[in-house]
Amino acid sequence: MRNLLDINGLNIEFPTRRGTIRAASNVSLHVNAGEVLGLVGESGAGKSTVGNAIIDLLEKPGRISAGSIKFNGEELRDKDADQMRRIRGDRIGMIFQDPQTSLNPLMTIGAQLVETIEKSTEIRGRKAEQHAVELLEQVGITESVARLKSYPHQFSGGMRQRVVIALALAGDPDLVIADEPTTALDVSIQAQILDLIKKLCKERNLGVIIVTHDIGVIANIADRVAVMYRGEIVETGDVAQILGAPKHKYTRSLIAAVPRADTKLERFTSVDYIEGTTNNFKRIDIQNHWLGETKKQDYDGLALEVKNLDLSFVLQNAVFKRNRRMLKAVNNVSFSVKQGETFGLVGESGSGKSTVARLIAGLYQPDSGAIEVFGANINTIKKSQGNLSARQALQMIFQDPFSSLNARMRVLDIVAEPIRFYKLTNSESETRRIVQDLLDHVGLGAAAELRYPHEFSGGQRQRISIARALASRPRLLVCDEPTSALDVSVQATILNLLKDLQQELGLTMLFISHDLPVIRQMCDSIAVMRHGEICEVSDADAFFNSPTHPYSKHLLDLMPRMDLIKP
Amino acid sequence: MLSFILKRLAQSLLVMAIVSAVSFSLFNFVGDPVNNMVGQDATREQRVEIRQQLGLDDPILTQYTRFVGNMLQSDFGLSYRIKRPVDDLILERLPATLELVFVSAIISLFLGITLGIYTGIRRNSWSSRIILSSSLAGVSLPTFVIGIALIYLFAVHLRWLPSSGRAGTVDFGWWKTSLLTVDGWRSIVLPAVTLSLFQLTLILRLVRAEMLEVMRTDFIKFARARGLTERAINFRHALRNTLVPVITIIGLNIGGLIAFSVVTETVFQWPGTGLMFIQAVDFVDVPIMAAYLVLVALLFVIINLIVDILYFVVDPRIRLGG
Amino acid sequence: MSKHSPKTRWERLTDNDIMWSFLSSPGAISAAVVSSIIILACLFAPLIAPFDPFDPAQISLWDGKLPPSWAEGGQSQYVLGTDNQGRDMLSTILYGGRLSILVGLAAICLGMVMGVTLGVIAGYVGGATEAVIMRLADVQLTIPGILLAILINGVGRAALPLELREEFAIYVVIIAIGLTDWPQFARVARGATLVEANKEYVQAARIIGLPSWLIMLRHILPNTMRPILVIATIGLALAIIAEATLSFLGQGIPPTTPSLGTLIRVGNEYLFSGLWWITLFPAVALIVLVFSVNLLGDWLRDALNPKLR
Repeated sequence: MRNLLDINGLNIEFPTRRGTIRAASNVSLHVNAGEVLGLVGESGAGKSTVGNAIIDLLEKPGRISAGSIKFNGEELRDKDADQMRRIRGDRIGMIFQDPQTSLNPLMTIGAQLVETIEKSTEIRGRKAEQHAVELLEQVGITESVARLKSYPHQFSGGMRQRVVIALALAGDPDLVIADEPTTALDVSIQAQILDLIKKLCKERNLGVIIVTHDIGVIANIADRVAVMYRGEIVETGDVAQILGAPKHKYTRSLIAAVPRADTKLERFTSVDYIEGTTNNFKRIDIQNHWLGETKKQDYDGLALEVKNLDLSFVLQNAVFKRNRRMLKAVNNVSFSVKQGETFGLVGESGSGKSTVARLIAGLYQPDSGAIEVFGANINTIKKSQGNLSARQALQMIFQDPFSSLNARMRVLDIVAEPIRFYKLTNSESETRRIVQDLLDHVGLGAAAELRYPHEFSGGQRQRISIARALASRPRLLVCDEPTSALDVSVQATILNLLKDLQQELGLTMLFISHDLPVIRQMCDSIAVMRHGEICEVSDADAFFNSPTHPYSKHLLDLMPRMDLIKP
Repeated sequence: MLSFILKRLAQSLLVMAIVSAVSFSLFNFVGDPVNNMVGQDATREQRVEIRQQLGLDDPILTQYTRFVGNMLQSDFGLSYRIKRPVDDLILERLPATLELVFVSAIISLFLGITLGIYTGIRRNSWSSRIILSSSLAGVSLPTFVIGIALIYLFAVHLRWLPSSGRAGTVDFGWWKTSLLTVDGWRSIVLPAVTLSLFQLTLILRLVRAEMLEVMRTDFIKFARARGLTERAINFRHALRNTLVPVITIIGLNIGGLIAFSVVTETVFQWPGTGLMFIQAVDFVDVPIMAAYLVLVALLFVIINLIVDILYFVVDPRIRLGG
Repeated sequence: MSKHSPKTRWERLTDNDIMWSFLSSPGAISAAVVSSIIILACLFAPLIAPFDPFDPAQISLWDGKLPPSWAEGGQSQYVLGTDNQGRDMLSTILYGGRLSILVGLAAICLGMVMGVTLGVIAGYVGGATEAVIMRLADVQLTIPGILLAILINGVGRAALPLELREEFAIYVVIIAIGLTDWPQFARVARGATLVEANKEYVQAARIIGLPSWLIMLRHILPNTMRPILVIATIGLALAIIAEATLSFLGQGIPPTTPSLGTLIRVGNEYLFSGLWWITLFPAVALIVLVFSVNLLGDWLRDALNPKLR
């Protein structure tokens, strides 16, 4: 039986001024009708490049330098530009990651659909409109006739992605390549979209290639898996085997790095296959170091207490107060965190968890309510008084490794800024030594101090952020989705680092995330937020084993079933 | 929609208010108004009388209110130099400027937009590169240099076209147009080309930059992935998205033309409001300067308002919210 | 992870993408060479010009209106001929170019300092301050620059007593052009500030407790310089043209110490009587000067645009 798509020995190159970069080396894989192949790898593995290469949409100056791509027995590399153009959309469809930017904002959904239908099929005019309506219904959009006249910005993210899928299917292709189709969507919407893709795959007997970095997606939807690392396919197999009994060292590290939702481990088992994460830097005895000297206050109480927080944002301003539309971002939120524990704040985007974090950090002022950090109400302390020492006690780590560091400052200056500002040392050389020790301890190495942020990878930048946060010797660390933007293996190392630091320094952590398995691995207690309100507060084990609030149960159901991963 | 228009109107009124205040201070504080009107020989009594006539001893606010009242009736008094009512002078010369601006606008918009789109679509062809380099040259040529060069070439050397002035006018009631005669067209060609060149190159480069920006977007990538033809992509998708920001460009263009008409009219001795303004600045003829300021501000405010409304109409994201 | 040691200052300056794209583009290199020569020649005019055209003692009316040295009637010491007052054209162009560049630079600096300061403050502080500053900028932007410059210049000159007008003309021109430029800088600076202020490193600085002015100065300002530089290069060319236009209209720099624009104005009166060199050479010099500034600016804009790489 002939495969729908057969790739053999594919090499993709990008000539640059520093020489030629090999984006893909000797890549071989195949897909059949009616099955979903998951092409999984971390950033830079080359998986999107392979997807683009199949339909001849490589970004210049990329080019295929060797190998064959056979689609239904025909060699695609032999086709000329016009033939490829006709294959695109008609026989092979593609879905991209961000539904917001994939649709032309100035054309109605109907116009874009009809245009594609008329290009890819013989259907014209009124019949094309009808076909468009059918397509919309097949992807689960109700009121499809009225929706034809809507513009993309009038849809939500999930619905837009459904429209994108409809467009990709308009020509009735045999193969669909989906490049990170759910990465930009909320967790609950993700599940719906993946279900839709699976359903369409079986109904239409499509071959589907899902390109993703998310093991959870693979577990959910793939029949077979191909694992890519640095441009090469390191392992292929069916999903049960890959997830349960991976053979290649990289695959094993990758699977091991995925946070488990069933039990809490002490640390993530090492992911040392990935070069560069071996920690050869000297670890300082931080408890006896200057950095370990947090001011020992005789304070027995709660590290953090939040009482009845309220915050509203103005959605639409108007001259008259009653016409203003307000959004209640935080509604009567209360919880408390004991010293030394890790408290998790969970919710989907828009739940208000990040807003609460920012309120606690002092970036926003609440409309009403109180926030007490180690017994001190941070909103009533005036600037000049003990405000600085209260500020020193609380530090924050952010989500985006690219915008959390000032691109124009050297690492030394970034990490030293709090030390210098609070005047914590007596001399510049002492500051410098401390920074070097800190950089060693977080696994970057003292030599990093003279470099600029753009010279580092995402995971390394998060380490710089952690070093900066630690430089003021805080006692409470707020972590706002610190690993959401990182590859799963890098995430494991950063989470390990945070766990180690917490143990060494006795830190209290407020950990914010939408990712339940990560929360399970990191937190002792959990609060669930939705629409600005707290739904449930409980101890972590109790939460994962027997949640009380219906929304909590809903979230737990959405967690990808990783049962295939053997403990 | 209504609140949008109201906000823009409020802003326009604010602009006009500030401009009128500036205009008013010009009157009162640049030089001595009395001196300007009567010269050196007047006696003290005459001066006092004129001061009273002009109401120059009243409190500032009263003077300002009077000024605004007059302004709304387009009464700016008499020109110091020509001794005729300013609004008459302006009305006389406005048609010349407006026609010049109109012809230049057509040239610069038409050529600028089409060439900009062309160089945006065919980025690497020879013709594109030539056009692009010439546009760089065009932006480097000050308007008056172009004017002088054209006069020298076409009027002095080749003697094809007149070197200055506005010929062949026909009366349409109060409006004197030169667009209805061959002579009129011959005299407007050089000034219009001169005026349009700078703006043309600006528009060309802006449109091209917009076009290139659009071609890099995700929805263009997705359109390619669906196998749409280059033609469909260029004209149905890219063009539409390019033209939306181009609307602001049109507004800016007309603004720039009105501004540089001052220079062009000077070079070609074109009898428009621009030339009148320069002569007024030379002489410190404040009534004309003040009136011109208000006139220009009014024109721009109207143009900006129209552009904003157009934006509103054309972009569904603004129109339909969501 | 970078495996080599951190770069030295010099390496950082020379071994990056900007320098590479520069060195591989013959257009950019020739533009840089030509404009450097011109700009340096003009700036060093007092050292390299054969005469000092601003010194009345060196001008001789007898030598006036002489054609270039290669034409009939020309003299070898006046390579490009002389103007109506007997000044050597080559020297006058060099000195005039120097004036044009200096005025352009000064005006842009004035506009930039004013605009960036106001723009960053507006963007960071927000609220009423932002509203007022941006409204002012918007109002001023309603009137096109050149008109405003003419107006400010005219009013400025009229305000000065007669004796001082010529001496201070150059400063009035600089102020006039600079004042018309600040709104552009303010708008761009504010836009960039709004983008930067939302970034997490600014939030980190706020959490540490840094005061607002320090955040604006140390964190926000350096990161807004990229788009500002883009505007500045465009603005410099426009400022030079603006000064030339003002001088041509008789409103700018007086003929006693002429800039290129003034020279063209003077030459224009003699153009039709056949003294073509008084207009042509300054015009060519002006065009070449502006062209080089534009070319360099264009290349700089492309190099600074991260999306185009």
